[in-house]
Amino acid sequence: MKKKSLFQRKHIEECFYMFWMSFSFLLLIGILIFILITVISKGLPALDIAMLTQTPKGGFYLGKEGGILNAILGSLYLAGGATILSIIISLPLALYLGSYIQNTKWADVVRLSLDVLWGIPSIVYGAFGFTIMLFFGLRASLLGGIIVLTLLEIPIMCRAMEEVVRLMPEELSHASLALGANRMETATKVVARQALPGLMTAILLAFGRAIGDAASVLFTAGFSDQIPNSIFRPAASLPLAIFFQLGTPFPEVQERAYASALVLTVIVLTISFGSRWLAQRLSRFSIK
Amino acid sequence: MNTHIQIQDLNVYYEKNQALKNINLDIPRDQITVILGPSGCGKTTLLKSINRFLELTDGTHVTGRVIIDGKNIYDPDIDVTDVRKKAGLLSQRPCPLPMSIYDNVAYGLRLHGHKKGKSLDKKVEHYLQAAGLWDEVKDRFDSPAARLSIGQQQRLCLARGLAIEPEILLGDEPTSALDPLSAKHIESRLHELKQAYTIVLVTHILRQARRLADYVVFMYLGELIEYAPANQFFQNPQEERTRSYLEGEI
Repeated sequence: MKKKSLFQRKHIEECFYMFWMSFSFLLLIGILIFILITVISKGLPALDIAMLTQTPKGGFYLGKEGGILNAILGSLYLAGGATILSIIISLPLALYLGSYIQNTKWADVVRLSLDVLWGIPSIVYGAFGFTIMLFFGLRASLLGGIIVLTLLEIPIMCRAMEEVVRLMPEELSHASLALGANRMETATKVVARQALPGLMTAILLAFGRAIGDAASVLFTAGFSDQIPNSIFRPAASLPLAIFFQLGTPFPEVQERAYASALVLTVIVLTISFGSRWLAQRLSRFSIK
Repeated sequence: MNTHIQIQDLNVYYEKNQALKNINLDIPRDQITVILGPSGCGKTTLLKSINRFLELTDGTHVTGRVIIDGKNIYDPDIDVTDVRKKAGLLSQRPCPLPMSIYDNVAYGLRLHGHKKGKSLDKKVEHYLQAAGLWDEVKDRFDSPAARLSIGQQQRLCLARGLAIEPEILLGDEPTSALDPLSAKHIESRLHELKQAYTIVLVTHILRQARRLADYVVFMYLGELIEYAPANQFFQNPQEERTRSYLEGEI
C-alpha cells in the first residue's frame, strides 16, 4: 500500500514538472513567434526597395520619401568595426587566460573584472564614452561609437571565448607540446583550431549585442542622415532609427520603424545562420 | 652497454607526496627498456621525467638529473622544446591533432622549420610508412585524422612522433586502449624501430613486456626495485618483490 502511494507521488511529481517545462517552452516559442509576426506584419508593408537603397530625404520623418540606408550601413560599420577590434583584444586575452594562467589568482581577478564589465548597463558605457570624448574635445562620431561598442563587446566575447578554450581537452595541447611546440604555437595552431567553431559563436554573440544596442551609441556615434564617409563623422544606427521613427506621431513613419526593425532582425538572423554554417564547415577537423 | 639516458638521484614530488624516490638508472641506446609495476607505482612519472612533461602539472617538484647526450635536461639553460624534440611520445589514448592526416605528420616537421613542397611530402610519406599506416591512408591525406579508427590513430601518432626526428621513443601504455590486432601492429612497429631508436615503454601487461623488452625496470611504490636484462629479469629475478609481482601477488 505504501509502495503504491510513493509511486503515485512520483508520478504526480513528474507530471507537474513535465507540465511546467512544456509551459515554459511554449511560452518562449510563443514570444518568439509573436515578435516575428509583429515585426513582419507591421514592417513588411512599409518595406520597399527605396527604404533599403536611399538615405532619408527632406521630410522623411514626416512621412515623405527616403530610406534607412544610412542606418543600415551605419549599424554594420559600427558593429563590424567594434567586433574586429574586440577580436584583436579578446582572442589573445582568452587564449592567455584559458591556456597559460588558467586557475591562478591573477586569472580570477581578470575574470571577475570581465564579469563586472559585462554587467554594466550600456547607457553607462555611453555616458562614460561621452565623458571621455568631451575630455579629448571629440564630437559624436563613427569612431567614438566603435570604441564604446568595443568596450561593450570585449567582456562578452572574451568570457565566451575563454570558456571554449578552457574546455579544450588537455591531451590535445599535450600532444602538441610533446612534439616540441611551445605554448604559443600550441595555442595558435592547435587549440585555436579545435576551438574555432566555439570562437565563432563567441564572436557572433558579441556582434549581436553590439548591433542591437541603442543606448551606448546615442551620444557617442550620434545620428546622421548621411552615410558616414569618415570615421570622424557621426553615424546612424538601426536601433536609433527605430527609436526616432517610432517617436513620431505619424503612422506611416511608425510603420517604417517596424520595417527598420525587420531589417535589423534579418541582418542578425543572416549573420547567425551564416556563421553557424561556417562553424560547421570549420569543425570538419575537430577532435570529438 | 651503451648508455643513452642517465637518470641520477631523481626525486619527484607532487605537492607533498613523493612519487619517485631516489631513482638511479642507465637506459641503453637502441634497445627497448620496459618499465613494469602495479598502478600508482610511478611508472608514468618516471617516463614523463624524460621529456620534462612533469612540469605541466602544477605543484610538481623535481630534484636530481636526467642526462641525455651528456646534458642534464633539467639545467636552467636548457630549452624545454629541444628536450621534447628529442623524444617522441605515444600516449595511452591516441590524440590526433584537429587537422588532416597529412598535416598531423607535417605539423612537427613544419614546427622545426621544414618548408612546404615535395620534400615535405616525401618525409610525410616516409614516416607514415615507418608507422605502417601509409597503405591505409595514401588516398585520403586530406580527410580529418579524427575519422581514422583508434588503432590507425595510434599509428598516426607514432608517425607524428617519428616525424620530429627524435632519438628516443617514449610509450605510456600505448596499446592499452587498442584492440588486439592494432596492439599487435604497434608492437611489431616498436620491435622494428628499436634498430634506430632508444625506446622506453611503460606497460602493465606482463606478456607484452616479455615479448618486447630487452631490459626491464620494476617499480614499486615510487622505488626502483630491480633493473635487469629481460632474460635475467623473467627467469631469475633477484628481489623478493619482483618475484611476487611476476607471480601476480602484488
